[in-house]
Amino acid sequence: MYLARVIGRLVATVRYEGLDGVAFQLIQPLDEHGEDTGDTQVAAVQTSEISAGPGDFVTCVDGREAALVLPETYVPVDVAIIGVVEEATRLGTNIQPATYGAGA
Amino acid sequence: MLIAKVVGSVVATQKDEKLENLKLLVLQVQSHENKPKDQYVVAVDSVQAGVGDTVLYATGSSARQTTLTDGRPCDAVVMAVVDSWDIDGANVYEAWA
Repeated sequence: MYLARVIGRLVATVRYEGLDGVAFQLIQPLDEHGEDTGDTQVAAVQTSEISAGPGDFVTCVDGREAALVLPETYVPVDVAIIGVVEEATRLGTNIQPATYGAGA
Repeated sequence: MLIAKVVGSVVATQKDEKLENLKLLVLQVQSHENKPKDQYVVAVDSVQAGVGDTVLYATGSSARQTTLTDGRPCDAVVMAVVDSWDIDGANVYEAWA
């Protein structure tokens, strides 16, 4: 899994069946210092369970395991948000997204 | 998933039989600012996407998690047609615009 910050929302009404009730959000992965690293991705999130939104600090999972966090697990999803982070620490120091807000 | 624009399709009559009656699309990967990246992908279509559509596609083993691509040699599948997205409230792309 990895840390990321949510930078936006994406709407896609036409989607593979089984993805009903799943929201898509744009995320920017973060390194262990909270700095942006790598390209942005689009993550699936079951917003009825996890209320993530733009500006949030989240934990994500990729690969086929990403689908396991969704109501229907046999779906073509390869990135998902699995939780909103309250606190993350590394060697005693707090990790916070270096860039707050979105696409800054 | 990643955002891409459908820029073409692939017709291959001679292919592995497990790939029969799967529509293959050529995708140009797009950045989150909707700028084309220097990267393309051939993906199986599962939502009747066509050339010109902006789509989401999944890669790796997740791409096989559909009734269409289950157990087939496929590592990229188009699984949504994008209507719009915003970055921190500012619209970046709207299909109808």
